[in-house]
Amino acid sequence: MIGSVIIGIASSGIRLATPYLYAAIGETFGQLSGVLNLGVDGIMLMGAYAAFYTALRTGSLALGLLAAMIVGALLGLLMAFVSVTMKAEQGISGIGIYLFGLGLSELLFKKTLGTVETIRGFPRIHIPWLSDIPVIGRIFFQQNLLVYIAFALVPISWFVLNKTPLGLKIRAVGMNPEAADSLGVNVNRVRYAAVTLGGILSGIAGASLSIALLNVFQQNLTNGMGFIAVALVYFGGWRPLGLLGGALLFSLVNAFQLWIQVEGIINIPSDFALMMPYVITILVLAAMARRRVNAPTALNKPFDRGG
Amino acid sequence: MKTKLRGSLGALLIGILVFSVGFSVAAAPFRVAAVMPSSISDLAFSQSMYDALLAIEESMGSENFEFSYSEGMFIVADAAAAIRDYASQGYDLVIAHGSQYGSSLVEIAPDFPNTGFAWGTTVDTFTDQGITNVFAYEARSEEGGYVNGVLAAQLSKTGIIGVIGPIETGDAKLYVEGFIAGVASINAAAEVKVVWTGSFSDVALASESAETLINAGADVLTGTAQMVVGAVGVARQRGALWFGTQSDQTSLAPEIVAANQVYDWTGTLESMIAMIKDGTMGGTAFAITLANGGLKITVNAEALVGPTIQGIIDGTIEIEL
Amino acid sequence: MRLREKLSWGSLTHLMPIAAVLVALLIGAVAMLILGTNPLIAFRALFVGAFGSFNAIADTIVKATPLAFVGIGICIAFRGGVLNIGGEGQLVVGALAATAVGLALASLPGWLLMPLCLIAGAVAGAIWGAIAGALKAYFRVNEILATIMLNYIAVNLMNFLLRGPMMDPLQVKLGSFIPQTARLPRSIDLPRLIPTRLHLGALIAVVLGVLVYIFLWRTTIGFRIRTVGRSPRAALGAGIPVKRYAILSLCLAGALAGLGGAIEVLGVHHRMFTDGSAFGFTGSAGFNGIVAALFSQLHPIAAIPSSFFLGALLTGANKMQRVVQVPSALIGALNGLIVLLVVASEIFRRRRIKRVDLNLDPPRAPGNEEDTQ
Repeated sequence: MIGSVIIGIASSGIRLATPYLYAAIGETFGQLSGVLNLGVDGIMLMGAYAAFYTALRTGSLALGLLAAMIVGALLGLLMAFVSVTMKAEQGISGIGIYLFGLGLSELLFKKTLGTVETIRGFPRIHIPWLSDIPVIGRIFFQQNLLVYIAFALVPISWFVLNKTPLGLKIRAVGMNPEAADSLGVNVNRVRYAAVTLGGILSGIAGASLSIALLNVFQQNLTNGMGFIAVALVYFGGWRPLGLLGGALLFSLVNAFQLWIQVEGIINIPSDFALMMPYVITILVLAAMARRRVNAPTALNKPFDRGG
Repeated sequence: MKTKLRGSLGALLIGILVFSVGFSVAAAPFRVAAVMPSSISDLAFSQSMYDALLAIEESMGSENFEFSYSEGMFIVADAAAAIRDYASQGYDLVIAHGSQYGSSLVEIAPDFPNTGFAWGTTVDTFTDQGITNVFAYEARSEEGGYVNGVLAAQLSKTGIIGVIGPIETGDAKLYVEGFIAGVASINAAAEVKVVWTGSFSDVALASESAETLINAGADVLTGTAQMVVGAVGVARQRGALWFGTQSDQTSLAPEIVAANQVYDWTGTLESMIAMIKDGTMGGTAFAITLANGGLKITVNAEALVGPTIQGIIDGTIEIEL
Repeated sequence: MRLREKLSWGSLTHLMPIAAVLVALLIGAVAMLILGTNPLIAFRALFVGAFGSFNAIADTIVKATPLAFVGIGICIAFRGGVLNIGGEGQLVVGALAATAVGLALASLPGWLLMPLCLIAGAVAGAIWGAIAGALKAYFRVNEILATIMLNYIAVNLMNFLLRGPMMDPLQVKLGSFIPQTARLPRSIDLPRLIPTRLHLGALIAVVLGVLVYIFLWRTTIGFRIRTVGRSPRAALGAGIPVKRYAILSLCLAGALAGLGGAIEVLGVHHRMFTDGSAFGFTGSAGFNGIVAALFSQLHPIAAIPSSFFLGALLTGANKMQRVVQVPSALIGALNGLIVLLVVASEIFRRRRIKRVDLNLDPPRAPGNEEDTQ
């Protein structure tokens, strides 16, 4: 009995965490290079729409995913152009991207689809043998392809950031752009790459919602998830593993409060149950009380050679 | 000569008279403006009003009826500006389709005594404040909720039924309470488990709420607000039945959407239009109910007995007479 | 010669934001043509909606007022080195507190109750900001995360109160259960400046803008706040208790936003309610206030016209939607595009105005980590 409860909550938590993982990992790349992108939610929405519409019209989920990545890349490029080349105030340009993505996705939805419909999205895949492990198997290895990819991205992004030249450049450019520049690194180009990569991942985050987890598109499908993802980057201390912890913590508590509401075990008003993910995320971060925070020092500052 | 002149003058006068009467008979179209909080394609609250306006346009004809709308007006200040603007442009009826618009109407309606206003969903027409040009309308959604509940209780094999709602207020609260009462009337031992997601648009949370409810044993689900599309998807995936409200949600998942309570505001709108044309600008509270046809229950045979029909067709069910 | 060159370049740069708006509107015009709408009618409506009549200007100012309150507060916070994204939550708790006081003490005379409500709103907002400040100062919880989380906590608290203890007894009696409180006593309605919706709050915002400017640039505390924001290391070296000032900055920003919420309630709605959107009651004022503050380069007095123009954009856009009946989503996308292009065009202005650097690092003791400043 207790096993099935744990399985239920944990599976829900993993599904809920998936879009946060994609978006937050993407944002981490961008922030480590020194660019704050508050427009993640808007890019997610455009990615979700692109994936849904493409998959619906072509019947191919792979093409849908590709569409989301392309759209995400384009919006990431736009953000990079405004924030890096035009050196705009990054907080504002991010919000501009958010409003733009929010409005455009709804407009396209209205004009090309009109009503809500559902799609047969990425199915659940049972990984052979691993999914037969009691409890753990049911939780981890009977999920959706895009869920697996999201979790796989955690070690992959760790590797890229810490063990590849690109990752090194990204981190250098965010910590000390003047030094990196003097060593011959093209600061702005690296930032472009990081922010565009962030856009691609945000696009996939949106696709994970519209063609894998929820299998539907509607106006404002993400309901502000992108902003939570940005907040989780700070929780994770700009480290993929920390991010995983944050996304899982937030989502598992969310799944848990749903279960509390359903079972009615603790008789608290629904509003307080709904508060739990936010309260507990703060409390856990406070309890961790890190001394060293590897903040990218150049975050939110455009690079001016000799300026 | 004079007689002829008088005759032709008379004929001219009569012609002018007939022409002007005819002209006024082909009167200016009745103009309605609607201010709505969410999108007209939300498959829920706002869409129901938009669909009703479209239906009236079709039945009255576009020479006799015109409507404009503002959607996504959940910000009250913006809605107030819209309502005031429409009123000052001479619309005959301005519909404030959102319970949050009440305070705005109290300020605006007295400034436009020749405009009819309608406020929904509510029962308050502000007559106690001396305002005479506001209609009120609401949906007795607990009626359809009760019917859905009765049907749900009979269809549920596990005796556990799940509900997914936004915030426990207003129309959602009425529907859910009606639903619970309907279930209890058939099966007092049935459990109805309710999840409130705290938002009208959190599709992901609605979807996981459905998963959690089904994990807890629910095999029949219902819910209200535009976010339930996520829950319907989960219900389809896991083979639970779905009961919809506010609009016909069958198209989302025909195999499992068993029945819907559909809001049809056309009767209410027609009454208001008639009253305004007659000179009464407000003061009546309307309700759409099962009795007056404003609430309709659509039942989807495919979800209810589709497998049975298919079984008979392909022979897996043998009928023993 | 030189002076003339300087003058002409200067005036050109000030035209850039306008050029940006025009480019965005051009793109919007193309979109409208595709949708079969006449863009000229649309843009005329945009202008008329914001400025075309007394009522329109009043609506613009009413819309801009909460943006100004939040924005002025953001100026303090961001200059103090604290990125306060919590405007939404602070507005909400301020409005809740003001409403609760107004309803509970309804028997008091208006001249006493009104300031009490406003103070209650400011205090509630200050507390909400202080929570995030304390989390940052003593537990190193990043304030962006804390304030964003606190926003959602505030909204859920609001939902609980409005559907429960604070719900209008009339609603319960009528059985319609609309999530709103009873109407506040008329004695505390903010006076209207002209017979339109324009209320005293706008004037209070302007006064506060000036006061906060004086505070930041002419008082010792203000100087210290700005020092902490520019360089926590230098501040610590000068003996300024950086942690306490982080809390103070968030407190003040929260107080201003909370006051803004109280003013919205007393001046516009005369009750507290939730409208079913993500943040329930604020109409994204907390969000837009940040945009207004950033556009004003974090100058409290400049935040006033900045809020005004943002309010004009939003109000005019709604009128545009009404007149040409395009989907509101097009308006939203256009807003985003305008914001993007205007902020991108600032590069031309910035050569002349010194950038304000937002320091994102938590205050840390010197010698703990490398400081690249």
